[in-house]
Amino acid sequence: MFTLVGVLVVLVGFVLRLNPLIVIFAAGLSSGIAAGLDLFAIIGAFGKAFVGNRYLSIVWLVLPVIGVLERAGLRERAETLVGRIRAATAGRVLLIYFGVRQITAALGLTSLGGHPQMVRPLVAPMAEAAAESRLGPLSDAARYRIRAHAAAVDNIALFFGEDIFVAIGSILLMKSFLAQRGYDIDAFGFAMWAIPTGLLAFLVHGARLLGLDGSLDEARR
Amino acid sequence: MIGLNFVFILAGILFAAFAMLNLIDATNPQRFGNAVFWGCYSVTLLFGARLSDFANGCLVLVLLIVGGTSRLGRGEPRTTSGEERRESATRWGNRLFIPALLTPALTLLATVLLKGVTLNGAPLFDPKNLSIISLGLASVVAVVVALVLLRQPLAAPIHEARRMIDMIGWAAILPQLLAALGVLFADLGVGERIAEILRHVVPLDNAFAVVCVYTMGMALFTVIMGNAFAAFPVMTAAIGLPIIVGRLGGDPAVMAAIGMLSGFCGTLMTPMAANFNIVPAVLLELPDRNGVIRVQAPTALVLLVGNTFLMYFLVFHAR
Repeated sequence: MFTLVGVLVVLVGFVLRLNPLIVIFAAGLSSGIAAGLDLFAIIGAFGKAFVGNRYLSIVWLVLPVIGVLERAGLRERAETLVGRIRAATAGRVLLIYFGVRQITAALGLTSLGGHPQMVRPLVAPMAEAAAESRLGPLSDAARYRIRAHAAAVDNIALFFGEDIFVAIGSILLMKSFLAQRGYDIDAFGFAMWAIPTGLLAFLVHGARLLGLDGSLDEARR
Repeated sequence: MIGLNFVFILAGILFAAFAMLNLIDATNPQRFGNAVFWGCYSVTLLFGARLSDFANGCLVLVLLIVGGTSRLGRGEPRTTSGEERRESATRWGNRLFIPALLTPALTLLATVLLKGVTLNGAPLFDPKNLSIISLGLASVVAVVVALVLLRQPLAAPIHEARRMIDMIGWAAILPQLLAALGVLFADLGVGERIAEILRHVVPLDNAFAVVCVYTMGMALFTVIMGNAFAAFPVMTAAIGLPIIVGRLGGDPAVMAAIGMLSGFCGTLMTPMAANFNIVPAVLLELPDRNGVIRVQAPTALVLLVGNTFLMYFLVFHAR
C-alpha cells in the first residue's frame, strides 16, 4: 500500500499549487523509496523513462515557423479577416473549428490542429477578434475566457473525434489488449461504439459555445 | 532507416541554440539558468539513447532543480513591434496563412506519401513513427517557405522560437516529465493497488453499479496518471473483463470503446495531462495555469455521466 505515497504527493502538490517540477521530484523519490529502491536505481529508472518519452517534445519543432509568422503579423491578419465577417461571434468561430477538428480527427487527420500550430496563431486571435468587433474592447477576464475556450475546443474535438477512426493509437491498444485475452474483435467494432459519445460531445460542447456568446454579452452590460 | 532519432537530433540542435542564445543575452537576468536548462535538455535529445540510464537521470535531476527553483528568466530579444506587425499584416495579407497551414497540411501529406517509400526493399522511414517524423520534416519546409515568401531575415525563426520557448519555460518539458513519472508509477504497481481497492467496493451483481465503478474508475485513474492509456489495461483487467464481460455477459467492444472515452473525460480534468491542459494555458498567456481545465470540466463531467448511461444501455444489448 506504501506505493501509493507518490500519488498522494502529486495530489497534495497540485492542490497546493506548488511548482510541478518539485512535485514530480518529491513524488518520484518518495514512491521509489517506499518501494524499497535505492537512490541510484530511482534516478536510473526516471532517466530511462524520460528518454523513452522524448517524442512528446517534438511539437516544439514548429516554434520557428510559428514565431517568424507572428513576427510578420499572422495574428493581426487573422484578427482583421474575422473582424470583417459581421456574423462572426467568438462562440460561432469556435464552434466551426470544433466541427472541423472533430470530423477531420474522425477521418484520422489528427495532425490538422494542435495548440502551438493552430490555436495560438489562428483560432484564439480569430475568436477574440470576433468578440471584439461585436462588443468593443474586451476586459482581461473576457479575453482569457475566450482563449481558454479556444484551447479546450481543440482538446475536446480531438478526444471525441479520433476514436471514431479505426487506426488510431487508442483503438489499437484496445484491440491488442482484448486479443491477448481471447477476444478477437475487428478495429471497426470498437470505432463504431465511439460514435454515440462523439455526437453527444458535439451537442454538449456546441451548446456551451453558443452560450459563451450570451454570457460575454451579459458581462458587457 | 530514418526514424525518431532524426527528429530528436533536429530538436536537440534547436534546443542547443536556445541555450546559446540565452547564454549571450545580457537582457535576461537568469541567463545562466536558462542556458543550463535548455542545454541539459538538448543533451538528452541528442545523446539520450547513448547515455546510461543513470547519466540521463542526473540530467533530469538538473532540469528538475533548475526549473523547480525558479532559475529560469526571460530576456528581451528584438522582435517586431505591434505597429510593425500591423503594417506587415496589411502588406502580406492572406499570404501569411500559407506557411501556417502548410505545417499541418505537409505533416498529413508526408504521413500518407512517405509510407510507401522504400530503399533496397526496406522502408526508408520508420512506419511506426511516421507522423512524428513527418511533423519534423514539415516544420523545416514551412520555415523555408515562410522565409522566402515573406522576406524575413534568415536568423528570425531561431530568435522568435527562442522568445517563445522562454515564454513557455519549464512547462515545455512538463508533459515528458509527467509521462516519465507515470512509467515509474506503473513499474511500481500503483495501478494494481488502485484496482484492488476498487474491486473491494464493487457490488458484483448490480450491473449499473459495476458500470459506474468502471467508467468513473477509468476517469479517476486517468486523472491520477494523466493518461487514459495507462488506466485502460489496469481497469479493464480488474473490472471490465472479469465482471462486466465475464460475469454479467456484456459486449467487450462496447465496454472497451466507451471505457476508453470515459478515461478521456478524466484527461480533460487533470493537470497531469500537461500537454493538453497546462501547456496551452501557458502558450496562450493565461494567468491561471488551470484555466483550460476549468473550461473543460463541465463538458467532461456531463460526458462522463453520458458515457456511463450509454455503456449501461448498450453493453448488455449490443449482441
